[in-house]
Amino acid sequence: MRTIGLLLCGWLLSASCLAAIDPALLKPLASEDSDTKIAAIAALAQAAPEEALPVLKALADNSLALAGERVVIVDGARALDAASNTEIKPAPVAAEPIGINNRVRRELSAALAALRLFSGERAVRWQAAQEVTLSADAKMLPLLDKALAAETDPEIKTRLQLAHAQASLGSTDAGVRLDAVRTLGDSSDPRVRQLLIPLTEKRGDQWFEPDSAVRAAAGTSIRSIEQRLAWADNLGRAFTGLSLGSILLLAALGLAITYGVMGVINMAHGELLMVGAYSAWAMQSVFRAYLPGALDWYLLAAIPVGFLAAALVGVLMERLVIRHLYGRPLETLLATWGISLFLMQVARTLFGAQNVEVANPVWMAGGIELLPNLMLPWNRIIIVGFSIAVLAAMWAILNLTRLGMFVRAVTQNRPMAGCVGVPTGRVDTLAFGLGAGIAGLGGVALSQIANVGPDMGTGYIVDSFMVVVLGGVGQLAGAVWAALGLGVFTKFLEGWTGAVVAKIVVLVFIIIFIQKRPQGLFALKGRFVES
Amino acid sequence: MVRRNFMKTLSAVAVTAAFGLGSVNTLAAETIKVGVLHSLSGTMAISETALKETALMTIAEINKSGGVMGKKLEPVVVDPASNWPLFAEKSRQLLSKDKVAVVFGCWTSVSRKSVLPVFKELNGLLFYPVQYEGEELEKNVFYTGAAPNQQAIPAVEYLMSKDGGEAKRFVLLGTDYVYPRTTNKILRAFLKSKGVADADIMEEYTPFGHSDYQTIIAKIKKFSSEGKKTAVVSTINGDSNVPFYKELGNAGLKATDVPVVAFSVGEEELRGVDAKPLVGHLAAWNYFMSLKNPENEKFVKMYKDWAKKNKLPNAGTVVTNDPMEATFVGIHMWKQAVEKAKSTDTDKVIAAMAGQTFNAPSGYTLKMDETNHHLWKPVFIGEIKADGQFDVVWKTKGPIRAQPWSPFIAGNEKKKDAPEGK
Repeated sequence: MRTIGLLLCGWLLSASCLAAIDPALLKPLASEDSDTKIAAIAALAQAAPEEALPVLKALADNSLALAGERVVIVDGARALDAASNTEIKPAPVAAEPIGINNRVRRELSAALAALRLFSGERAVRWQAAQEVTLSADAKMLPLLDKALAAETDPEIKTRLQLAHAQASLGSTDAGVRLDAVRTLGDSSDPRVRQLLIPLTEKRGDQWFEPDSAVRAAAGTSIRSIEQRLAWADNLGRAFTGLSLGSILLLAALGLAITYGVMGVINMAHGELLMVGAYSAWAMQSVFRAYLPGALDWYLLAAIPVGFLAAALVGVLMERLVIRHLYGRPLETLLATWGISLFLMQVARTLFGAQNVEVANPVWMAGGIELLPNLMLPWNRIIIVGFSIAVLAAMWAILNLTRLGMFVRAVTQNRPMAGCVGVPTGRVDTLAFGLGAGIAGLGGVALSQIANVGPDMGTGYIVDSFMVVVLGGVGQLAGAVWAALGLGVFTKFLEGWTGAVVAKIVVLVFIIIFIQKRPQGLFALKGRFVES
Repeated sequence: MVRRNFMKTLSAVAVTAAFGLGSVNTLAAETIKVGVLHSLSGTMAISETALKETALMTIAEINKSGGVMGKKLEPVVVDPASNWPLFAEKSRQLLSKDKVAVVFGCWTSVSRKSVLPVFKELNGLLFYPVQYEGEELEKNVFYTGAAPNQQAIPAVEYLMSKDGGEAKRFVLLGTDYVYPRTTNKILRAFLKSKGVADADIMEEYTPFGHSDYQTIIAKIKKFSSEGKKTAVVSTINGDSNVPFYKELGNAGLKATDVPVVAFSVGEEELRGVDAKPLVGHLAAWNYFMSLKNPENEKFVKMYKDWAKKNKLPNAGTVVTNDPMEATFVGIHMWKQAVEKAKSTDTDKVIAAMAGQTFNAPSGYTLKMDETNHHLWKPVFIGEIKADGQFDVVWKTKGPIRAQPWSPFIAGNEKKKDAPEGK
């Protein structure tokens, strides 16, 4: 997008020396009737690209307006005459924006793509080549021929050849059709399959496609496209499963320490996630107020803040309440539930009962299009990466540091650890703080895909316990496998039964699983387990 | 003697005291209590909080211009917390403890259904400001939102028209409760009557508060790639809309390929979302903030001033939407009806409501139907713009009459177009 903008600026600067567009060509753009508008766009698209592009671009961006009888491009406080591309001084007061609807927008983006096929920038041409594929038909053949002749980049050339093949499907020459159908077999776009299917069908008792060789080739092409589509479908489903798994893991990792390793049934875990999510929101507000230029990077600042805020809440909880209740699970459960209600009410009082808005930074919006029917959103990819990083960091802390060793020692055999000089009380506090901090990190990640509000934690507490219990209490590896397994299982089930039934089935599955195997997927072996 | 006199004085004092207290009581009764029943927390707070603010603003405005029959209105605000049984409890409290003359409230149909028995039992009066599925006509309720023929059906007709993209396949997507289920039942019957086959309709539901729309978006993509032009009709309610639209934008599903028309998404819901990837997706309503007419300018300015004065969160960027307009219209019509009936008695006000008119921010003079308790409303279809506002691309010629009993549901032709017991 930025490159297009730069290009446009270039055009705007050089535009003053160009010949003007006939204003009579522009006037119908402001018509109320969509048909007239579309005809006007088609007429404009025949003009020289340097002249037509700024106008069509402005129309697409909603910055084209009608001032009296004149069509103008509004650019902030400035106004350019659309016909001559020169600034109007003073800017007209009452300029009525020219609106477009989806139908016009579709025609417009096809026209824009066709014009951009001849752009000097590779990225712009690549984008344009992709867009013309959507609308390629016989009318566009001359244009595509011209673009193909001028194109040097092999990747874009392949794209254009696909578009060309699509456009020549309607040719009267069977040989041309055969070539087109064969080329289209390399496509992985479901729309191409739709174009080919009629070729293999009968209309009445007449074949839609008279030539049998073309029919056979169409059949082969459809099969190869379908294979690729099915592959992409499964890949997509696996990715959504992985993504849900990573979210479950982030939500549950903190609990894997506080409940899994330390054995505290922490009902306020969801609220620790909430603390993390609100930290992301707070950092966003701080950046918005003091560092608006760096707003896109607020999330990086939110990571340590979310960790520390949640860890602080965790340490306070442990010091003030939980440490007095070790070994009394029922009282711990009640006390932490009370803390959970308390924290929710605090959030409600401080930030209001309504959800707060946490925007995705620009670098997390959009996605990469692997195949025409498979797009992986950036925010999901980043969260998968983030959960791997958090997991690695936690593993390292537990297994490579002195604190980690103490934590493991205390949870395995508290009196013995105390005997050899481990300060068990302080280790408990630090371990709980660590678990809470990791929950805070989970909250920061959740703020990017879910709603942030005082009650958000209640939605995750069940999922988190599900993951930890399913994985086996006291096991990090168990939590990882359980989260991924649940994620993929839920997503495949959802694809098949719908979200409502999938949720029920997953819960029933877990109840049965826990009855049959109460120790979870991975059970700790050894004498200390039973004590 | 002295003693008797003393007693007399004492009783006189007592009597005057009683009178005095009495006059204090009558002074207190110089206000009319009105209930405001909207969720201020939980999944529906995203939508309903603004309605509470609108109600309070309208009440303040009426009080400033002299109140109703010379009496000030006194709002009683309760928070049913998106918890359906709590709606019934709170409405019972409003009607029997606070003795309110009228209640403005509810958003989801499930909340309306849960308060209905209470209003019938205590003969209360409810003004319901949100578009809904119809199939209901109660003496104690006035519906100031749209019935299906005032929103859902025109929207689908638009999608099937040339300008709407000539959609031939439809995804009916909703939250799993009574409004989306019934609306989709009506739409399915309507689509069938237009020759759309069952195989070309996909129906999907998600639980309240659902936040992972990856699978559903992938399904929509697949369904839309299987041929004919596809459109999505969304009846997703509450804060699930934020993750839904985020996912939609990130998955690159553009309005030019697969337009999504929503019935519960307005300016307020879009505040939490980056609207740029959503340009061109649609919403069907009976009011948009972007409408240009003097009544709307007044209404928008009034709400913006109210937000600033009361320091609402993000007061600088507040927006108005359809249910807010319906709340505003409802309160004003109730005021007019009370003044016509010269009483706040439920039955008298119900009688006086018939045929009330009000010059609404939608730019039309809306009329409360003489018999069926629904407003005549104009229908607008808007496309989302990059700033989260709507650009009206289609509208009806004028207000149309509501059909609470949809002709597309079997058995409805026999039902009476007026509430029972009236």
